[in-house]
Amino acid sequence: MTQSRWLPYALIAPAMVFLGIFFIVPLVQTIMLSFQGGSGFGLENYSKMVGDLNFGLAIKNTFLLVLTVIPLQVGLALAMGMMLQKMTAGRDVVLWIWTIPLGVSDLAAGLVWLALLQNTGYINSMLFAMGLIEGPTPWLNSETPVTLFVAVVLAEVWRATAIVLVILVGGLQLIPKEFGEAAEIFGAKPWTRFTRITLPLLKPSLQSALILRTVLAFEVFAVVYALGGRNFPVLVGEAYVWQRENQNYGVAAAYAVLVMIISLAATIFWLRALRTKPEAQA
Amino acid sequence: MTGPRRFLFVTGVITLCAWILVPIYLIALGSFGGRPAVFKWPKDWLPWNASLDAMLLFLRIEGVWNAAINSVIAAGLTMIFSILLGAPAGYALARFDFRGANAFRLLVLLTRAFPLAILALPLTVIFIKLGLYDTPFGVSLVHTALALPFAALVTASLFVGIPRELEEAAWVFGCTRWQAFTKVVLPLALPGVAAAAIFAFVISWNEVFAASVLTVRERTLTAYLLTVLSESPLHYRFAGGFILIVPSVLFIFAVRKYLFAMWGVSSK
Repeated sequence: MTQSRWLPYALIAPAMVFLGIFFIVPLVQTIMLSFQGGSGFGLENYSKMVGDLNFGLAIKNTFLLVLTVIPLQVGLALAMGMMLQKMTAGRDVVLWIWTIPLGVSDLAAGLVWLALLQNTGYINSMLFAMGLIEGPTPWLNSETPVTLFVAVVLAEVWRATAIVLVILVGGLQLIPKEFGEAAEIFGAKPWTRFTRITLPLLKPSLQSALILRTVLAFEVFAVVYALGGRNFPVLVGEAYVWQRENQNYGVAAAYAVLVMIISLAATIFWLRALRTKPEAQA
Repeated sequence: MTGPRRFLFVTGVITLCAWILVPIYLIALGSFGGRPAVFKWPKDWLPWNASLDAMLLFLRIEGVWNAAINSVIAAGLTMIFSILLGAPAGYALARFDFRGANAFRLLVLLTRAFPLAILALPLTVIFIKLGLYDTPFGVSLVHTALALPFAALVTASLFVGIPRELEEAAWVFGCTRWQAFTKVVLPLALPGVAAAAIFAFVISWNEVFAASVLTVRERTLTAYLLTVLSESPLHYRFAGGFILIVPSVLFIFAVRKYLFAMWGVSSK
């Protein structure tokens, strides 16, 4: 059929053009914008960005968050995934409950944990009832950076573990049951079966979960704002402030480029760290 | 599993369910309890004082209702655009072997390695020139860039799952390619396409950064909440958070069967 020569191109053309306009063009523009300063083309915006008081803090906070949140999420999602594998009755209901946060925005998740952690909030009420605190106690202001950090971690783990879970459950379902059964016959203990069979075969799913989550984690912003306002600077939050409040698009673009470079580096890191040979795939 | 091990297992599952559900229940308490509930010390754990009034009061604040409508418009448009553009691409990826298919796949995957919402920053300038700035339509264009890659990959995996032979049989019986598609393939794919559409809606409904950067007066709900965050009283913030959560939770329930098609390895 001659039709089938041009048809696929006609079908992908609209999507291709759209992504060209709204992905490639802004990408190039962001990079250009970040090099355009008052005195022409140069690194002015970058030196302004690095010279800003909040810059070091934002870098430190963002990386600390990513390095804490991602391992917790992967560990928790793996545990949940293995539990679902063992479950017979009620599996669908449990899976639905565990994936509810998939639909919750980062802003909403921040507000949820604000309700729990504010001065007269539910966690304080509970601590009060247990006799651990004497009255309403603040956790989320600039004098309590450690608990504010913990709060952001809690909200992020609460909200975004679901996406890791869904990807991993999808991967677990692809692993043939026979592998585990054969290992069991040869006397492998559950932990050995998990580390020697499940984990290696889960590598492709782990990889896509980690790429997706790491890129999104470096974009963390609304959760932090909902919980602590400006008390806890993060990279994308700084980009937002430079654009909105300082009306300085150049520095905002420099932050955007920095976040893109970090995301790209993280993606390449996971692609290499969890490389699977084609013949080793399940 | 037997005895104590089974007990431990069940306890673990229930604890993890509570970990998800209890915070949602508590923000609901916070948003229906109004001002008194926020400052009540120590807190009530049951909805003794909850009433609809607190929520209605929030909805009557100037700007909230308008923001909610803008969110629905932006999300609705995102849903339409990402399916109209994404589904044909998905069908092409599923049914044809053509040069450039891999390049397109790569482009789609590349979007995942970039923090896309941040790319809204330079768009403000162009949007102001084109009159798209501060409109739900402009926001929906950026949100479509976020949702389109998912729509394309999900629909591709749906169409792969529908045997090519069904379509070929229809051709043999004299259907044109278009007829075969609309009469045979589309009815089978429709529930999945609907799920992908709903998912696009949720992506847009929840997005904060691009929506905040691209609007000033015609804010979406997330953008509105973000800007009034520091000056609004706590019970309003909780009400806003609760309203953001409700539709998403219902939608996730509606698409739960397709979650794995959307995020599984097949869409990698």
